[in-house]
Amino acid sequence: MVKPIFSKGKIVAKTGNEMMAEAMRQIAPDVVAAYPITPATEIVQIFSQFVADGKVPTEFVAVESEHSAMSATIAASVAGARAMTGTSSQGFALMWEMLYIAAGLRLPIVMAEVNRALSAPINIHGDQSDTMGARDAGWIQIYSEDPQEAYDNMIQSVRIAETAKLPTMVTTDGFIISHCMAAAEVYPDEDVKEFVGTYKPERYLLDYKRPFTLGSIEMQDYYFEHRYQLAQAQRDAKKIILDVAKDFKNKFGREYGFYEKYKMDDAEVAIVTIGSAAGTTKAVINELREKGIKAGLIKIRIFRPFPADEIAKDLANVKALAVLDRADSCSGTFAPVYSDVVAAMYANGVTGPKTENYVYGLGGREIDMTHIADVFKHLDEVAKGKAQASKTVEYINVRIK
Amino acid sequence: MSKMIEVRWHGRGGQGAKTAALLFAQAVLSTGKYIQAFPEYGPERMGAPVQSFNRVSDDPITVHCSVTEPNYVVILDPSLIEAVDVTEGVGTQGKVIVNTSFSAEEMAKKLGIAKEQVYVVDASKISNETIGQNRPNTPMLGALVKVIGTLDIEGVLKDTRAKLEVKFRSKPEVIDGNITSIQRAYDEVKNS
Repeated sequence: MVKPIFSKGKIVAKTGNEMMAEAMRQIAPDVVAAYPITPATEIVQIFSQFVADGKVPTEFVAVESEHSAMSATIAASVAGARAMTGTSSQGFALMWEMLYIAAGLRLPIVMAEVNRALSAPINIHGDQSDTMGARDAGWIQIYSEDPQEAYDNMIQSVRIAETAKLPTMVTTDGFIISHCMAAAEVYPDEDVKEFVGTYKPERYLLDYKRPFTLGSIEMQDYYFEHRYQLAQAQRDAKKIILDVAKDFKNKFGREYGFYEKYKMDDAEVAIVTIGSAAGTTKAVINELREKGIKAGLIKIRIFRPFPADEIAKDLANVKALAVLDRADSCSGTFAPVYSDVVAAMYANGVTGPKTENYVYGLGGREIDMTHIADVFKHLDEVAKGKAQASKTVEYINVRIK
Repeated sequence: MSKMIEVRWHGRGGQGAKTAALLFAQAVLSTGKYIQAFPEYGPERMGAPVQSFNRVSDDPITVHCSVTEPNYVVILDPSLIEAVDVTEGVGTQGKVIVNTSFSAEEMAKKLGIAKEQVYVVDASKISNETIGQNRPNTPMLGALVKVIGTLDIEGVLKDTRAKLEVKFRSKPEVIDGNITSIQRAYDEVKNS
């Protein structure tokens, strides 16, 4: 029986996009500047309808491109407004140079991002190549498994961004979650507004009584200090993210952290992944557990800042693990999540577990329970010394020869 | 843990296969079940074969892959039987509900599965008589609820009426027509 967790919550049937647009309506930012792109179009479309219907007082700026969307959002944020945008894939790519500026200027912009493959070849379906490419842009990255998490993450992201003074993106897997209707809980407007609070920028350019310069040129004398501060802000954001999650649990009842551990306490084989495939992995683990295989999952929610020490500790006791990446770095070596996980393990002296890297699901390619079960089967053999862990990236469900 | 129900809808672009899956999910959620509804996305062309899917369960649904072995298949347009492998993954236990004026025996022969797996209802005729248009997706909701057997038709009708009342406030005849069409398909769907 579906029941709300929050005493005043209401159960609804909504897609990932609808839940993100609903969170934006409740947050009611001062400015939203956006340009539509599949599969994030609905977020912008539904939100602009809210504005047109007078359901939210936001100033909606219909720009002519995503580069302008991010530029206008930056300008609004610099002026002292709570500003948001939404996009996907090529649109996100077109924002590229402005992403770094938003982070470098330490603007607490929130972006609803729907993960989609990048061209070429052109493809509208879900993979995480778009935001994985921006993992060094200085933005906080929060990934969602399902529409509920997308909604909860959006609500938390505003406070995280504004406390950390870092732009923050919340993502869902394109179509798989953005267009999947599921049972979800929404909270009353007043409770969301109370949780999010009012934005009180420390400094802003329209504060004519305290003028200051933002975005100036900095040479060898100061640039490095500001970039160091940005990197340090990411490190400091870890505590902020956990504090906001704690408040969120106290208020609404749902628990969030850097990542979700599913049956990890006694796990001998584990998968580490991000997004909707984590949900499918849980169903596989339930089946394997009935057969006596001690399988577990770590589903990363916060990829930036990367919770390195924590993940290394939680993986220390498994015998074999696989990191499943829904993006390929085309680096000649490994994909992004694997690289960070293994670096974290080595730095923490965790060298016991055998590790493998799999790339899956590019361009929306199917990953079903049998694919995940096959990974666990191989991990089980590796754990028992019957098979060797692969030293190179392996690919799931792709025609190689 | 009770078993999850998986449904695949077959229609043609513009026939409302996606809407049917969404409506079905919303209505079933109102009876307290966990749900998923998602369409298969491809090039959008009027008349092209399209699919949409549902999952229904008493427990939270965490799988996010495709439905490959549906317990129920709903066919909005019988001409799809020639164009698409509509019984793919149905096996010997899955049930197929067809919008047709033919009998279950005749459809079973055409589909190449056992008669016990086939249900028929003339949803196009029902929608013509109740809504005034050939809109088989709404009545097929009623047929699906009946064939599944464990869902609450009263709850489904109540929720659908509430949704339609928001959308068609100025056209009460549309609301009544749609509700009647669901009830009639629920009553008229048969395995003979």
